[in-house]
Amino acid sequence: MNTAKSYTATRNACKMCTPLGAALVFHGIEGAIPLLHGSQGCSTYMRRYLISHFKEPVDIASSNFSEETAIFGGGANLKLAIENIIRQYSPGMIGIATTCLSETIGDDVPMILSGMDQGEGRTDLVHVSTPSYTGTHMDGFHHAVRAVTAYCNPLGSRIRHKPKPRKRINLFPGMLSNEDLRHLKEIFEDLDTKLILLPDYSERLEGPSWVEYHAIQKGGTPIRDIRDMSLSDASMELGALLAGLSQKGEKTAGTILKERFDIPLVSPGIPIGVKATDSFFSALEEITLKPVPEKYKRQRGRLIDAYVDGNKYVSKKKAVVYGEEDFVTAMAGFLAEIGIIPVLCASGGRSGLLKQALTQILPQNIRDQVHVHQGMDFTQMEEAAKKLSPDFAIGNSKGYTLSRNLKIPLVRTGFPIHDRVGGARILHIGYRGTQQLFDTIVNTLLGNRQDISTVGYAYM
Amino acid sequence: MKPISILEDRKNQVFTKGDDEFDISCGKKSLAGSVSQRACVFCGSRVVLYPITDALHLVHGPIGCASYTWDIRGALSSGPELHRMSFSTDLSGTDIIYGGEKKLEKALFELIDIYRPKAAFVYCTCIVGIIGDDVAAVCKKVEAKAGIPVLPVHSEGFKGTKKDGYKAACDALFSLIDRSREEIPEKIPLSINILGEFNIGGETWIIREYYKRMGIEVVSVMTGDSRVEDFSSSHRACLNVVQCSGSLTCLAQKMEKEYGIPFIRVSYFGIEDTSKALYDVASFFPDRPDIMEKTALLVREEVAAILPELYEIKADLKGKRAAIYVGGAFKAFSLIKALKHLGMEVVLVGSQTGNKEDYALLKDMCNPGTVILDDANPLELAKYVLEKDAHLFIGGVKEKPIAYKLGLGFCDHNHERKIPLAGFEGMKNFAREIHETVSSPVWDLVPRKCFVDVLK
Repeated sequence: MNTAKSYTATRNACKMCTPLGAALVFHGIEGAIPLLHGSQGCSTYMRRYLISHFKEPVDIASSNFSEETAIFGGGANLKLAIENIIRQYSPGMIGIATTCLSETIGDDVPMILSGMDQGEGRTDLVHVSTPSYTGTHMDGFHHAVRAVTAYCNPLGSRIRHKPKPRKRINLFPGMLSNEDLRHLKEIFEDLDTKLILLPDYSERLEGPSWVEYHAIQKGGTPIRDIRDMSLSDASMELGALLAGLSQKGEKTAGTILKERFDIPLVSPGIPIGVKATDSFFSALEEITLKPVPEKYKRQRGRLIDAYVDGNKYVSKKKAVVYGEEDFVTAMAGFLAEIGIIPVLCASGGRSGLLKQALTQILPQNIRDQVHVHQGMDFTQMEEAAKKLSPDFAIGNSKGYTLSRNLKIPLVRTGFPIHDRVGGARILHIGYRGTQQLFDTIVNTLLGNRQDISTVGYAYM
Repeated sequence: MKPISILEDRKNQVFTKGDDEFDISCGKKSLAGSVSQRACVFCGSRVVLYPITDALHLVHGPIGCASYTWDIRGALSSGPELHRMSFSTDLSGTDIIYGGEKKLEKALFELIDIYRPKAAFVYCTCIVGIIGDDVAAVCKKVEAKAGIPVLPVHSEGFKGTKKDGYKAACDALFSLIDRSREEIPEKIPLSINILGEFNIGGETWIIREYYKRMGIEVVSVMTGDSRVEDFSSSHRACLNVVQCSGSLTCLAQKMEKEYGIPFIRVSYFGIEDTSKALYDVASFFPDRPDIMEKTALLVREEVAAILPELYEIKADLKGKRAAIYVGGAFKAFSLIKALKHLGMEVVLVGSQTGNKEDYALLKDMCNPGTVILDDANPLELAKYVLEKDAHLFIGGVKEKPIAYKLGLGFCDHNHERKIPLAGFEGMKNFAREIHETVSSPVWDLVPRKCFVDVLK
């Protein structure tokens, strides 16, 4: 891996802290509400961050540590918080994510929770350990998915198979946009296959206007569906790095279900680009035993035709790609597929797997032009990018400073989109999502060429 | 749907004027499990010191606190923009075990070397208070070697509320002022310091211009568009003029004690309060009647310039109902007056950090039936906005989706906005913004107003 000069301080981070990912996951479960066990600020900052992307209410409760709590332990505060949340929100589940503070003082959350009444018909209390000093928001996200899956599907909980009219698949999509999640649901409807998608915040964090106030918005994966995961025919996890982690022996939601109930697990990358979407659909064919519907074949046909029409506008162009490691890998694979060289692939994450994942997805002939950096911040990224004279950057809003300083356009994708509306409505995946990305990239490059031209033709 | 209930422990933080015996409870820690709109101690410190543009602001802790506060505030600079960078020691697991002092020291030296700041602030986050890093000692060591003031800000998130963060920031700022103070004790004639003004959308520039026209010299601003060197003569000002009283009153008190500078509290929001602020400053210099004359002229000119448009807008807004939920109560006072000016009625008013006197004053200013809230949560805000059938919500980014979901207009009055709302010009912007949102035709389509769902 190429190494940039490493600095002690992080300057304009390309990552968020672990509890944020966990909080987002709990917003993707029906009737669930996240509770951060720590200071009030953590909840408020993360709410603000998520609200600014989704433009929707995002309630995150806090156990609200004080000095005394930090000294004597957070047990009493946590219990009080849970009682108050139940009183005000009547949630089906409270997702308790820890923070650096509660982890460091050594609060034993499972023990605190075990002292609480969790009998039949009560609120599920799911704990996920998310110390902010380890990993990134993406780790918090995966850990929360794993915690919920493990909690709802304890060993030995599987009831005997009843004959099922149709296949049932567990899908762990990772951190995708609302529109991506809706697209996945559409695909499974078209395949007439029961889908358990975890998490699914696509309705909760993008609902219609209200007539009356909803303490917890409608939508999300039903908890009873999550409990039924142990009965599914297969599980699928999206993300090349997630697959790498489970190969390394780190437990994921999918590997837990495989271990406990012997449910087969397939782990394709995020389906961005023709090749990646092909792999995704063939994996789907395999586990659902259903052929790919004609509709998607037509989308694929149109997409490749569009690739051809636009080929010379993108060929040999250079891009900076940044964000979560899985996202960067998938995006770089797509860019390479259309002839764009992802000259700089960077992430704030440090899984140690990014280089390997990219090596697998990128063609041999461009690999030596691709600079891969894990644990990188935006300031280092800008310094590295300067030497590579990229044509554009692709990633979340936080790269705007970089793109402005380098005077290159920014194609906004991923999370967070804080400086535009509709960030959650961006479709990245499938043939249709790839089509939209392709059009956006080509038009961004054309628009930029037009804007800086002294002539200004209104014709390509 | 079941009615929204108020948590038992919060009942004495919610009042309706006229219905209840008024004895609001405030200044309390937020209730565990209540989704407070407040942030933490760190947030309080960060907002006060952030606009010092040529200082290094290093957040000592895991990445979150720095990530979530990166360049989110509209505090403009006329020069350096170092304040817009987000620096963090990004502590990891091993730092938590072995302590973060070495990393902090190395980070400080490195950053000072690269960015050549005029001073450095080190913000302590929750974890630092727990692992016991001696941040003050590290700062002292770096300061001695680097030759610039390096100041610890004791802003561990859990050690109080946002208000305690203001105090921690004031302590650090006072330390900077006192340390960089030049050895000339004489007062600068006809001079003031502006405190609690953060140059959101260029507000400091608007206000500075007024003082210039009045013949008053602004020695330093704390902290909108400020430079570290500005503070070297802060102690020579004749008067401290404090806005946003919640955040910087403690600094004003300290400067009064140490340097004998008296202070007055003002607000630059709305016609009435802006005029009063300028007149109050002018009357502080009674030997110079010319200043008062210039002030009167300024107010006349500025008011005359915006009144016609305000009258036009008022015709549209008359009788519309507004809800206000802001950080400091002082801002709420001005907002109530400004809304009255536009013919609007305030039906809900609340703040994150108001004190007893603030709430008593709010009660006096409001009409009977107005709901008054301390440290409210989204459920309470929604409940009363619906009950009072408000047309407009004034708040910050966390209140925006509540307003929009329920089909109300919204005006951002927080530090993230990019439009100046201070002074006479700001009043015009404020009126326009409210007018734009309240009179938008989209409200006719939202389900709460349009009960017939055509698709059903």
